[in-house]
Amino acid sequence: MRRGPGPFDLAALTLGFAFLYLPIVILVVFSFNASKLVTVWGGFSLRWYEAVLSNQQLLDSAWVSVRIAFVTATTALVLGTMAGLVLVRIQRFPGKALFTGMVFAPLVMPEVVTGLSLLLLFVSLDVPRGFWTVAIAHTTFATCYVAVVVQARLLTFDRSLEEAAMDLGAPPVRTFFLVTLPLIAPSLAGGWLLAFALSLDDLVIASFTTGPGATTLPMRIYSQARLGVTPEINAVCTILVALVTIVVLVISIVQKRRLVRERARPAR
Amino acid sequence: MATARPIRDPRSRIEPWQDPEAAPFVRIQGVTKTFGDLYAVDNVSLDIFKGEFFALLGPSGCGKSTLLRMLAGFEKPTAGRILIDGVDMTDFPPWRRPVNMMFQSYALFPHLTVRRNIAFGLEQERLPRAEIAERVAEVVRLVRLEGLEDRKPEQLSGGQKQRVALARALVKRPKVLLLDEPLGALDKKLRDQTQLELVNIQDRLGLTFVIVTHDQEEAMTVGSRMAIMREGQIAQIGTPSEIYEYPASRFVAEFVGEVNLIEARLLRVEGTFMHLRAPALGCAIVTDRPVPALPGEPLWVAVRPEKMTIAKAPPRETGHNCVEGEVFDIEYLGDVSVYHVRLESGAMLRATEANRLRLIERPITWEDRVWLSWGPDASVVLKS
Repeated sequence: MRRGPGPFDLAALTLGFAFLYLPIVILVVFSFNASKLVTVWGGFSLRWYEAVLSNQQLLDSAWVSVRIAFVTATTALVLGTMAGLVLVRIQRFPGKALFTGMVFAPLVMPEVVTGLSLLLLFVSLDVPRGFWTVAIAHTTFATCYVAVVVQARLLTFDRSLEEAAMDLGAPPVRTFFLVTLPLIAPSLAGGWLLAFALSLDDLVIASFTTGPGATTLPMRIYSQARLGVTPEINAVCTILVALVTIVVLVISIVQKRRLVRERARPAR
Repeated sequence: MATARPIRDPRSRIEPWQDPEAAPFVRIQGVTKTFGDLYAVDNVSLDIFKGEFFALLGPSGCGKSTLLRMLAGFEKPTAGRILIDGVDMTDFPPWRRPVNMMFQSYALFPHLTVRRNIAFGLEQERLPRAEIAERVAEVVRLVRLEGLEDRKPEQLSGGQKQRVALARALVKRPKVLLLDEPLGALDKKLRDQTQLELVNIQDRLGLTFVIVTHDQEEAMTVGSRMAIMREGQIAQIGTPSEIYEYPASRFVAEFVGEVNLIEARLLRVEGTFMHLRAPALGCAIVTDRPVPALPGEPLWVAVRPEKMTIAKAPPRETGHNCVEGEVFDIEYLGDVSVYHVRLESGAMLRATEANRLRLIERPITWEDRVWLSWGPDASVVLKS
């Protein structure tokens, strides 16, 4: 017998969501606070958004972050796709277990360890730290996430499609670009977005591997918050939340439309 | 067994395997394929002639699909050579072989329309666009897909997908078309219809087809000749009627159609007749197809159920090829009924009778005493 949710169910649901989202709601609300005090409501205002837009340091950091995320996502996509292909397509090769372990190790490696070890590497090689060292560091851990996504897609990929393409006269490389790539493209897009988001989000590894002139947005926010949380930071975070929400909404709407369109076409 | 063989024009009927002068078109020479310790295909040699519809038939795991995949180039033989039209293809990759394959799953490219799917192979040959369009249109007409060219595979029914897969392979004008269980996903009625269509297309284009199937009726319907495979080896090669009427072993006799297998010992040979003793039957068996055998050597006599006559009265001659028993079970199949008859020894024999009369007037029923008899030309003696 099915009945509506009882009072206990509703309470559990409310508390659960409150635990997850109340902090973000408070952050968003106080970003519109006219008062300089973070905890006291002084009326509605957009002054902190104006402050953000005129804060050159903050904008520079945001731009650095976006560029690093772009480089990271693109490099990780290429490397991760290749790793995923090797893992799924090559049945057996010496050291496959070791290779698999090494591809997926960054998933469980504490970020502090990754960051510190990379820092030591860059120092010992005497590499000047900055934009490129952060991008390299982010690529090392984002690659394994892309590999996971691509591997999952390839496991369900019907190999006879590739065989059919080769049978019809397409050599392996052309087969990959004409058949395999178009069919796994949605997963590649997903992997790219995931890598982009992970890079944009990272604080720990970036802190270890960055240098002068390459302060990412999370680092900037963190260092400012240590000097005292200002409503300005609330405003930055609200903008980030809004951007993420918009991207997620757009993706899900596009996918839903495609589903609806496919269902609308009659299959006889 | 009721198999509907398509009627071919007797003038175009070719039996090149009868002609000692004819050169084989596809030659499989001593081909072996191992996967680890497993011999998937074990030293198989086979000649297929131009214009044949050759069927590879066998239970699952007998190596028939591996053999087909070696013809396509997806698997490399561990040993042996494969020649097509006089050229050694053993080391050629799939994309350089003049053969095309129709896959069991159809393997249509889901991101391309029907037209682009069919054109895919021609685009790989870098043919002029006008020629591609012309050849695609031609093959679309041949398989009756007009009006569906702009659909995606997901918008097609099973039968339509099957026709796209066929068109996509045919449009390349391959020297050999390979078909891997091509009709397995279709329902019975559509399958029967498609089998005849395939034979018609093959006849009209004069192409060489090699089909893999585990469905013996399908192999007999479409095949000009067939090879029965078992555990990586060929058990027998022949036309459908040769294999059905003269199976070479118990395995072939049981795999193709229904059969009564009776264990027997040689009594004597008189001219072209062979007399055998069958303990389970309690009577002698006479056959007009003697095989060289020693007295006491274990032999098996195979008699197809439809070649047995079932009657409530004993036949005129009761000395041999005739046993008495009791109707144990009747399988009513509509067009025919299968009578399971238990003999005094406990052995069971099957006899098939066409249901010329309505069921209600059936003269033979459960627990009736009946006589089964057959002629000397109805049986085959098997040694293995």
